[in-house]
This record gives sequence, C-alpha cells and structure tokens, in this order.
Amino acid sequence: MATNIVRNENSNRPATAPISLRLRHCGRTFPGTRGSHAPHVALQPLDLDVEPGETLVLLGPSGCGKTTTLRIISGLEQPDIGGQVWFGEEDVTQLPIEKRDVGMVFQNYALFPNMNVEANIAYGLRIRGLSPDDIRRRVGEMVDMVHLNGLERRPVHELSGGQKQRVALARALAVRPRVLLFDEPLAALDAKLRDRLRVDIGQLLRSLGITSVYVTHDQAEAMALGDRIAVMENGRIAQLGTPREIYHHPGSAFVADFIGSVNRLEIKGAEEGQLMVAGGRLSVARYHGASVLYCRPEDIEVCPVTQAAITGRVLQTFFLGQSQRLFVDTGAETPLQVESPSREQWLPGQTIGLSIAEEALFSIADAQ
Amino acid sequence: MSPDRRESRRQPRSGAVFEGRSVPKGRRRLRGWSWMLAPALGFFLAFWLLPFVRLIVMGAGPDNNTGIAGYWMVLTHEQYLSSLMSTLLLSIAVSVSAVLIAGFCGYFLARHQFPGKSWLLSMLTFPLAFPGVVVGFLVIMLGGRQGALAQLSLWATGERWTFAYSLTGLFVGYLYFSIPRVIMTVMAACEKMDTSLEEAARSLGANTRQVVVDVIIPAIRPALISTGAICFATSMGAFGTVFTLGTRINVVPIAIYGEFTNYANFAMAAALSVILGLVTWISLFFARRLSGEYVGGGA
Ligand SMILES: Nc1ncnc2c1ncn2[C@@H]1O[C@H](COP(=O)(O)OP(=O)(O)OP(=O)(O)O)[C@@H](O)[C@H]1O
Ligand SMILES: [Mg+2]
Repeated sequence: MATNIVRNENSNRPATAPISLRLRHCGRTFPGTRGSHAPHVALQPLDLDVEPGETLVLLGPSGCGKTTTLRIISGLEQPDIGGQVWFGEEDVTQLPIEKRDVGMVFQNYALFPNMNVEANIAYGLRIRGLSPDDIRRRVGEMVDMVHLNGLERRPVHELSGGQKQRVALARALAVRPRVLLFDEPLAALDAKLRDRLRVDIGQLLRSLGITSVYVTHDQAEAMALGDRIAVMENGRIAQLGTPREIYHHPGSAFVADFIGSVNRLEIKGAEEGQLMVAGGRLSVARYHGASVLYCRPEDIEVCPVTQAAITGRVLQTFFLGQSQRLFVDTGAETPLQVESPSREQWLPGQTIGLSIAEEALFSIADAQ
Repeated sequence: MSPDRRESRRQPRSGAVFEGRSVPKGRRRLRGWSWMLAPALGFFLAFWLLPFVRLIVMGAGPDNNTGIAGYWMVLTHEQYLSSLMSTLLLSIAVSVSAVLIAGFCGYFLARHQFPGKSWLLSMLTFPLAFPGVVVGFLVIMLGGRQGALAQLSLWATGERWTFAYSLTGLFVGYLYFSIPRVIMTVMAACEKMDTSLEEAARSLGANTRQVVVDVIIPAIRPALISTGAICFATSMGAFGTVFTLGTRINVVPIAIYGEFTNYANFAMAAALSVILGLVTWISLFFARRLSGEYVGGGA
C-alpha cells in the first residue's frame, strides 16, 4: 500500500527532467537446459550509459543480445551477480518491472485484446489510481499525439498493424515513464507503414526528450532514430557512437560490414607515393603501411577510363531506383561495389574507370 | 457448396477443363458426398435418433404409481425434484471448485520450471485414466469407515469420521477426476498465451493480482468456461463413483438406475434421462457459445 501511494504521486508529477540510464557490469548467463550443453552467455558483462533524453539504439544481428539487454533495463530479466542498473541516481537493480516506471513497446504490439483503444491507453493510469477526469484528459492527449482520433472506441483487433503500434506507444507514454523501451516495434509492419511510423516515432522522441532505448536489426531505422548507436555482436558492444561515427569510422570489420556495404581494398605495395591495389593505384598521402583500406560504394566515382585510378570490367548491375549498384571485377578476390547515378547505362562486360577520393578511404584497427 | 459452384462456373480454372468445357468441381464433390453420407445417416438413424425419439416419447408416459406423465412427475414431485437439484448443485460446486483450484495450479505449473515437474505432471494426470468405480473406491479409502480419516479421528478423538457415503464423498471423488482435466486445459491455454501481454501490464505498474484479473483470466476465459462446462457435464452424468459409494445418495443417475432396475418404472427412467441429457446439452451449448471454441462432452 505504501508503495502505491508513492506511485500515485509519481505518475502525477509534471513532465519531469529526463533521467540518465546506466548499466554497470551487466551480463546475463542462461543455465544450460536439461539434457543439453553448458551455460549460455547471452550477454557479456557490459557498461552502458544513456544520457538524459537521449535515444540509444541497440543494433545487431539476431541472437546478439539486444533483447536481453533491454529486458535487463526493464527489470524483466535480472543481470548476473554484480550487475547494476541505475535510473538517474537510483539503483533499480532490485526493483521489479512494475516499480521501475518503464514504458515498453513490443514487436507484436501486446495490446490487451479484451479492451478497446481507449481502455488500453488508460490501463496504466487506471492502475495508478488517477481520477476518471484525469484519465480522460490524458487519454485524449495521447490519442492526439499518436494521431488516433476517431478510433478511441475501436476494439484493438479491428486496427491495422500501424494503428496497433500507435496504441501501444500511446499506452506506454500515457504513464510518463522514466525510460521508454522499444523492442523491434516496426519489424512486423510493411515497408511503407514502417517508414511513416519511423518518422512519427522519431519526431515524438525528439519532442518529448524522453530517455529511450530502441532495439532493432534494421540499420536504416537505427541511423534515422538513434542519437547514438550501440552495435552489438555476440553478447557484447562492438562499437558505440553517433550514426555518423559508426558509418564513416567503423571500429571493426564487423561493424563496417553490418552497417551499409563496404569495399575491401587490399594494398599490394607502394610505389612513388601511390598504393597499389587490384585494378590500379590510389594516390594518397596517408595510410602508407596499411595492408587493407575500406571505402563505401557511394564514395567511388565513375570516370573516363583515361583518367581512372582503377579500371575494371562490369560484372553485373542492380537497378535500385534512386541509383544503381555495379559489381566491378578489378582482378581482386571479391568484386568492387560501386553506386552510380541511375541514368547511366552500364552493360556487363564493359570496361569502367573508377576514382576514389582520399577522404573516402578508411582503415580499421582490428582488420588484417 | 453453392458459392463454390458459382465460382467454378465463372472461373474455369477452379474446375477441371475438358475441351474448353468446365466441369464444376463442387457438384461432383457433392454427389460423392451423398454416397458417403448414406451409411452414416443410416447409422445415425438406427443407433441414435430412433432410440432417442423413443426415449422422449416414453418419458411422457404414465408413472407406474400415480399415472402422472413422467416429465410432469419430475418437475413437481419432491423426490425427483430434490434429486435433480442436488445433482445440479453438486455439479456446479464441483466445476466451480475444480476451475478455481486447478486454474491456479495450472497457471503456476505453466509459468514455473522446477526439478521433478514432468514427474509431477504425469502423477497429476493419473486420475484421468481411472474408471469411476476406482475413484469411488479411492474416496472410500480416504473417507470411508475403514478410511484414513476414520483411522486418524479414531486415534485422536475416539470417533470414526466418515464422509465417503454422502454428497461430500461424491464431491471429493468428482473433484478428484475433474482437477487434472482442468489443470491440463489451463496449462495448455497459458502456454499458448502471449507472455508479452503480462509483461506489458507489469511495465504499466500492474501487480500480480491485477495481471491475473486484467490479463490472464480474460485470455484463458474460453478455456476456463469450456473445461468448467465439461466438468459440469461429467459430474451430472457420472455413475460409477456414486454407485460404488452407495445407492443411498440421491442423484439423478442413481435415480434412473433405481426406477429402471428396481421398479421397472420405464416412464420415470426415460423422463429423468431426457431431462439429464437436456441439462447437460444446454450447458455444453452455452459454454460453446461463450467460449467460442469447440467443447466436447465428457465421459
Ligand atoms: N530465456 C532464455 N533462455 C536461454 N537462452 C536465452 C533466453 N533468452 C535468450 N537466450 C539466448 O540469448 C541470446 C541472446 O538473445 P536475445 O533475445 O537477447 O537476442 P536478440 O539480439 O534480441 O535477437 P533477435 O534479433 O533474434 O531478437 C540468444 O542466443 C538466445 O538464444
Ligand atoms: Mg530480440
């Protein structure tokens, strides 16, 4: 009962200043199931800081531990001994999820099927014991915020996927949570809806300034929504940085490859200040001594063969609409990927000249 | 069948096409069906409908002693009415208690993993395999004159406490074979349930009680209703257990047996049978409507 009273005051507070979120040494090991193998380390002990009001995206391939991290933050999962979760200055490690004041948005919406839109949004407010007037007012605000006007009385099974996810978002936001957690909220939607809802969620997160953690395996979503991105690999954070840092200065071959496409250029030697690569030479002042350099397909330019630094033969073209992707054989093990304007016509077998600006090249510390 | 046929006329693709002429698939299928249906119909008529109609007609016949029509006797005569009422109340009590007790157990078992769980589950389902006679015998072992409770009370107070030969004994026995069935149904429903619903409710601040009331019960309501209805129907018609416990317990199946075997009072036996069948059928019917899922009858 005592906690109840505290909670009521909590939820009535005016939109307070956003809080920071810190994980300290949070790992998670699942015991091996019966009849099978040893304990499974889903998450290596990790530290993670989310600034007040920031949106941090956890990005990574399936099974890398994104959901596990999110569940540790929410309180649905306990970290292994020694792990700590801090909301602002409060250690919430021992608090169960219902006392943590987190909002959750799931991939499968998780709307209460026995309640209509309004009742779903009002649920958390009802639990907190708000007066009917306050509940009605807050639900109204939320409905406006997520553009669901006119659908208040609909049973949730009559909504489209996008509308369902808007209800879920409104339901999570209605209680003014301290931290908002998303687990692949757009993964079940079709491309068009996904884009629209992504824009809406992005605007909401920016305007509300609520501390959020957003799990996805879609890199475009990650870059559009994240103030910072943590790229995860095998239960650890491979790189943490702004979308720009991650894209232009990937810290590992894994990150470079996971975010966008990347070309790998093996350096065969240096001659007169130029680096020899398959199909030609690069005139660069830096990177002497490097054995491998990388560049993005869109940073390679097509130019007349006579002025080209690298020449090759077009193997295949993929028309993408806004551009086209060329696969060029330069004699290297893997073809070079080049993004070129979509109006140029290239046929397989044609000889093509390419140039790469020095700024477009980058090296990666852990690469060999 | 008819929309299928119309469809096939408009779109020859859905029927076989021979020399540009489409053969409607639906009609062919219907003709095949009617052949298959004939023996089934014959069987239905011979073994179900005929005896049943005869039973209904017989129930309207005169009672041996009073000459009053059987159905009217059941509804007006103290002895039959009380037997009907006690059977109804007993069955309601059994199904409500079974759903309450086993509902919690089933939810707990579905949501928790512990060593020995599969062993416990197979023990729990054991009573499902027992015939009513054996269940009756078990109740006597527990609450009969030589039963465990009697031994215990004899030692403690010098008196033999028994409950086996009464409605209480019957209640215990019926509970005994209802609970496993409810546990199994509830467990299956809980495992099918989307756990993120519970998690969403908890993230919004709901405590365990609120999660159960707002999320879990609504989600497994169809399972609770249907399994409750089956328990009710089973308890209404069960015979073996009560027969073992003694024919002095006044429930409808025993009454039917008594009228038929002891007094050759066929009208009364038929009337009671029809009413028993009707009550059971109605309960299953409503359960099906309310739960939206298929509900089969009990043993
Ligand atoms: N309850 C559990 N018991 C045992 N192993 C688990 C459990 N939950 C997760 N794991 C394992 O932990 C690892 C990380 O799982 P997690 O769900 O965090 O991955 P994810 O990054 O969210 O993947 P996805 O993109 O597929 O959702 C996986 O190998 C998974 O099999
Ligand atoms: Mg996941």
